[in-house]
Amino acid sequence: MQHLEVRELSLAFGGVQALRKVSIDAARGGITAVIGPNGAGKTSLFNAISGFYRPQAGSVWLDGEDISALKPPRRAALGLARTFQNIALFRGMTVLDNIKLGAHVRTRTGLLSALWYLGPARNEEIRIREEIERRVIDFLEIDHIRRQPVASLPYGLQKRVELARALAMQPKVLMLDEPVAGMNREEKEDMARFILDVREQWDVTVLMVEHDMGMVMDICDHVHVLNFGEVIAAGKPAEVQADPEVIRAYLGAGDAETLRRRIRGEAGAA
Amino acid sequence: MRIGSPKQSYAADEALFRTPTQWTWFGILLVSLALYPFMADQYWLYLACLISINIISATGLNILTGYTGQVSLGQAAFMGVGAYTVAWLDTHTGAPFFVNLLAGAGMATVAGVIFGLPSLRVKGLYLAIATIAASFILQFVFINWESVTRGMRGMNIDPPQVMGTALADPDQFYWLVVPIMVVMVLGAANLFRTRIGRAFIAIRDRDISASVLGIHLPTYKLMSFAIASFYAGMAGGLWAYFFGAINPESFPLLMSIFLLAAIIVGGMGTILGGILGAIFMTLTPEALRYGVDLLSPFIEDASVILSPVRTMVFGLLIVGFLLFEPHGLAEIWRRVRRFFHLWPFRN
Ligand SMILES: Nc1ncnc2c1ncn2[C@@H]1O[C@H](COP(=O)(O)OP(=O)(O)OP(=O)(O)O)[C@@H](O)[C@H]1O
Ligand SMILES: [Mg+2]
Repeated sequence: MQHLEVRELSLAFGGVQALRKVSIDAARGGITAVIGPNGAGKTSLFNAISGFYRPQAGSVWLDGEDISALKPPRRAALGLARTFQNIALFRGMTVLDNIKLGAHVRTRTGLLSALWYLGPARNEEIRIREEIERRVIDFLEIDHIRRQPVASLPYGLQKRVELARALAMQPKVLMLDEPVAGMNREEKEDMARFILDVREQWDVTVLMVEHDMGMVMDICDHVHVLNFGEVIAAGKPAEVQADPEVIRAYLGAGDAETLRRRIRGEAGAA
Repeated sequence: MRIGSPKQSYAADEALFRTPTQWTWFGILLVSLALYPFMADQYWLYLACLISINIISATGLNILTGYTGQVSLGQAAFMGVGAYTVAWLDTHTGAPFFVNLLAGAGMATVAGVIFGLPSLRVKGLYLAIATIAASFILQFVFINWESVTRGMRGMNIDPPQVMGTALADPDQFYWLVVPIMVVMVLGAANLFRTRIGRAFIAIRDRDISASVLGIHLPTYKLMSFAIASFYAGMAGGLWAYFFGAINPESFPLLMSIFLLAAIIVGGMGTILGGILGAIFMTLTPEALRYGVDLLSPFIEDASVILSPVRTMVFGLLIVGFLLFEPHGLAEIWRRVRRFFHLWPFRN
C-alpha cells in the first residue's frame, strides 16, 4: 500500500513551472528516491509535500488521507518529518535541545506548568530526555556531542543531528533532501547504514532526494526521475539507470557508462 | 579548580541548578537579598526596588525579543496598561493589592496579544515600527480617555496594604517587589527548560524548521507577546504602587528603548542578561548624577548637562555593546566565571 502519494501536482513560481503534473508515491516501509538534474524541481516537490508551497493543482495523500489543505505543523503532527538540503538546525541551541524540539508535537506541557516546572512539566521533560537518549542519540552515535552548540559541528555531523531531530518526532514518513551531499566516503557509508537501520528498526517510510547514484542504487527500492518539473521515469534503480531518456536528461546525450562514471564520481560536487 | 562529576541521572541533569556549587550560590543570593534591607539606607533600597521593577519588565521583553526574536518597542506602553489598571482599581474598588496587580498584568496581556497581531505578518524592523504604533495608540488612550485615566492630571495610588500596614517606604516595599521579581525570573528560567521555551528559540533561529517540527507559529508568537506583556503589566502595576502617582508621560517610548537597551547591554536570550542589563541601566544614570555632583564646584550649571549626557551615554553604551560585546554583560560574566573554574590553569 502507498504510504505517501502525490497526485498530479503542478507548481509555478511566476513564469517558472517548477512542477508539471507530478505523481509519485512512497510504499509503506520502503525507501524511495527522487532523482534528477539540478533545478529539476526535487526540493520544490518536497516543499509542496511539507506544505510550504501551495501548488496550483494536485493533491498530497498521507495514509490514505488528503492533507493538501493542511499547514506544515498539522502535517508534522500527522507524522510527516523531513530534513533540508541546506541544513536547517537551530544554531543557537545545543545538539540535545535541537533533538528535543523534534519531540514537540508529541508533548503536551502547557504554559502554566512550564513556568512552575512542577510535576507534569518535569516528568515530561525527563521522559522525553530518557527516550531521546535511548532511541535517538545512542542509535545515531552522537553521545559525545550532545552538549555542543550545533554551529560548532562539522557538516557531516550537523546532517546527522538533523536526522536525529526528525527521528525524535517518531515520524511515519521521513523525507530526506540530499542526506549525503557534501560528505566524504566514510560519512556517506555511515549515513547509508543509518537510513537502512531506520527503516528496519523504526518502521518508517523513507522518501529521499539524492544526487549520489551509488547511494541510490545501494539502498533504494524504487526511484522516480524528475527533469524540468516532469516525471520522466520511474521504477527499480537498475531499470531507471538504463533508461535512455534518463541518460539524456543527465547528459544532454551520451552513453550509460559515461553517465555512471560521471554521477558516481562527481556526485558530491553536483 | 573544580572537576565535573558524572551525571547521576537525567532528572539531575535537567535540573535548574545542576551542581551543589550552583545551589550554594543561589542560596547565598537569596540570603543576601534578605539581609540587604538591614544594611542599606533608604536611597539604596529605593534603587533596589526600582531595579527589581526593571528586571521584571526587562526579563519579559527578553522572552519576546531575546528568545523569540520579535523586536518590540511597546514594553513601556504595556507597563502603562498595568499601571492604569492598578490605579483605576485602587481608586474605584477596595480590592487587595495582589488582585489589582494580577488584574493589571492580565489587562496588559490582552493589550500585548492585540498589539502582537502584526507579528503574524511582519518581522524585524517592520514589527518594531508596528509596536511603536502600539506605544503611541496606548499613549493616546491614556491622555484622552479622561473618564478612566483622568487625562493629563494623572492618577494617585495609595500604597499597598499588608495586614493593616501600608508599604509606603522603600524599606517596606522591598519585601513586596523583590519576592515577586525572584518568582518571575525563576518562572522565565523554567520556561526555557521546557518545550514552550524551546519553541520560542526555534522561531527566533529558523521559523521554517520550527513549523516542520509541528510548531504553530502564530500561537507561539502570540504566546510570547502575552508573556512579555504580562511581565510588563506586573512591572507597571508595581511601578504605580511604588511611585504613588502616574500620568500619561510616565511610560514614554523612551522607556521602551531603555528596556531594549537593557537587554542588549545585558545579553539577549539569556535570563542573566535581563537581570544584569536592568541593574546596569538603572545604576548608570545614578552614577552619572554622582559624577556631575562632583563636578559642580568646577563647572557652572553642571546639573543642566546631566540630561543630555545621560542620553549620550546610553547611546554610546548600546552602540558599544552591539559592536564589541554583542552577547552583553552575561557573556563577560561567563568568561570571568570560566576563568575562575579553570584557575590556576589557563584556558
Ligand atoms: N521559491 C522559489 N521562487 C522562485 N523560483 C523557485 C523557488 N524555488 C525553486 N524555484 C525554481 O524552481 C526550479 C526547481 O528548483 P528546485 O530547488 O526544486 O530544484 P532541485 O531539483 O531541488 O535542484 P537541486 O538539485 O539544485 O537542489 C528552479 O528553476 C528554481 O529556480
Ligand atoms: Mg534541491
